[in-house]
Amino acid sequence: MTAYIIRRLMQSAAVVLAMSVIVFLGLHVVGDPVYLLIDPQADQAEIERTIRRLGLDQPIWMQYFHFLKGALSGDLGKSFVHGTSALKLIVERMPATLEIAIAATLMAILLGIPLGLYAGLKPDSFASKSIMATSILGFSLPTFWVGIMMIMVFAVMLGWLPSTGRGPTATFLGITSSLFTIDGLRHITMPALNLALLKISLVIRLTRAGTREAIHQDYIKFARAKGIPTSRIVGVHLLKNIMIPVVTVLGLEFGSLIAFSVVTETIFAWPGMGKLLIDSIQTLDRPIIVAYLIIIVMLFVVINLIVDILYSILDPRVRIGEKSA
Amino acid sequence: MSTTDAGPAVAEDAAVRRPAVQTPFQRFVADYTESRLATIAFVALIVTMLLALIAPWIVPQNPYDLAQVDIMDSRLVPGTPASSGKYTHWLGTDGAGRDLVSAMLYGLRISLAVGVMSGLIAMALGAAIGLVAAYVGGKVESLIMRIVDLQLSFPAILVALMLIAILGKGVDKIIIALVTVQWAYYARTVRGSALVESRKEYVEAARCLGLSNGRILFGHILPNCLPPLIVVVTVQTAHAISLEATLSFLGVGLPQTEPSLGLLISNGFQYMLSGEYWISFFPGLVLLMTIVVINLVGDQLRDVLNPRLSK
Repeated sequence: MTAYIIRRLMQSAAVVLAMSVIVFLGLHVVGDPVYLLIDPQADQAEIERTIRRLGLDQPIWMQYFHFLKGALSGDLGKSFVHGTSALKLIVERMPATLEIAIAATLMAILLGIPLGLYAGLKPDSFASKSIMATSILGFSLPTFWVGIMMIMVFAVMLGWLPSTGRGPTATFLGITSSLFTIDGLRHITMPALNLALLKISLVIRLTRAGTREAIHQDYIKFARAKGIPTSRIVGVHLLKNIMIPVVTVLGLEFGSLIAFSVVTETIFAWPGMGKLLIDSIQTLDRPIIVAYLIIIVMLFVVINLIVDILYSILDPRVRIGEKSA
Repeated sequence: MSTTDAGPAVAEDAAVRRPAVQTPFQRFVADYTESRLATIAFVALIVTMLLALIAPWIVPQNPYDLAQVDIMDSRLVPGTPASSGKYTHWLGTDGAGRDLVSAMLYGLRISLAVGVMSGLIAMALGAAIGLVAAYVGGKVESLIMRIVDLQLSFPAILVALMLIAILGKGVDKIIIALVTVQWAYYARTVRGSALVESRKEYVEAARCLGLSNGRILFGHILPNCLPPLIVVVTVQTAHAISLEATLSFLGVGLPQTEPSLGLLISNGFQYMLSGEYWISFFPGLVLLMTIVVINLVGDQLRDVLNPRLSK
């Protein structure tokens, strides 16, 4: 196990390194780094000074080395617009994004698993068929349009929920989050549901498929024969066995939740990292874009690593020796 | 499941009644039209594409010809007659006074064009790379497949945003981004089927005849990899249209001069809070229907073209 984790760690480091090369080449070969890394309003003399200061007159591998050295010591440049460290700006926004991603994951579990269980246990009922039809719709609906429609119905027409922004935060057990205040919950409901829609559909389908498969297995029949009540069979025996794929997929999808939060945050004006990225692309605030890309790549690699390790712990049948990155 | 159970019996019946040999295409059509929903979806897809093609000749106004657009007509409720009195804005007008029906059909043109174009380029590129990977094998193959795996482990929207952030806005840049996001799916699909095909006897026979590698690859193996490829094309095109709309909605996709459906929705979003829903609602509905229709066609194609399901 230890050898496996060490090998996976090394592979992850290789991926991060490869991605840093891609980001670097993207900046320095495809785009012009001078205009990428300095203020667009700078004059000619300053541009030349910057070229020398940034070492752009050196060979490309030397430049990459300097870029890497800066990145490793947390120096990813200063934001043009905000004038502060790009890394710090993103880290400040991260809790809001994580909060909405966690809320969406919780919704996917709390709504998806019961609905999927029901659809799997009673596959021919009308309700099950409606659940499955809705879940297909959940896959094809463009997220941003659903978000707009939610604002239209719940904020404009019915006036139940606020349409934009994050509510007040409160600190509980050392964690500061808007999930701990009533108004905060009101603010997070729509964005989180919007972000969760795709995952709810996914969990419904996974749970249903797992239930349909497990229901015919011997251990369920045996539990029935022993006279164990149905609620216990479903709640304990069945649920335990169908959780493995659900947990894995949700873990893997956590990264895509963070990526998709870019869309949701823009619609609901949620002050997270994704909104910062879109704002930065529009104001050409390059250092923030670079910092965001590097942070998100690292985040992804870490998530994939954790899921792989968790998976091999959860399911002993996975032969970890043969797994690839 | 009932259709598959009844399948062999129906096929036998047909064989008894019609001893004439069915061409593969006829069989394909017969299999496809078995599902009524898929047939409707196919017709709807053709109608959508036709509407997009002939849009300039059927819409009441050219929404981007400033001489035909009256700013006084902006944000009219659906069903209001135009101030010129010549036609009615059946779905209302947007913030700049453009007739929404006209703007939507023009937007559909751009959305479909970008989606189909990027889908075709990605297919050509991905199929070629996948073929080469399968045929050459060894280190080249594992390197290519590693890149494919790496790319597919990141969500498409993230990769697209990365590229847009580096390249900037514009139609060509959006197509580059969409191609980059999609080629890996094609490469993986084609490599999978090419691996199976290249071990078959006809490839060996072609090699014995002394045919060149290029001719074996593109003339013999590629045609046999087409069925799964066609399925991926439909699904990925729907995906590309959706992704382009999302990027345009975020304001990092197509420029205002090329208003796709996503951009129309985005423009209407600012009027949403004052209750003027139609500017976003109708373009979204068209986008949704286009995506669903393409997906339905793709689903049925997957079933029909899958040799394991054929009767």
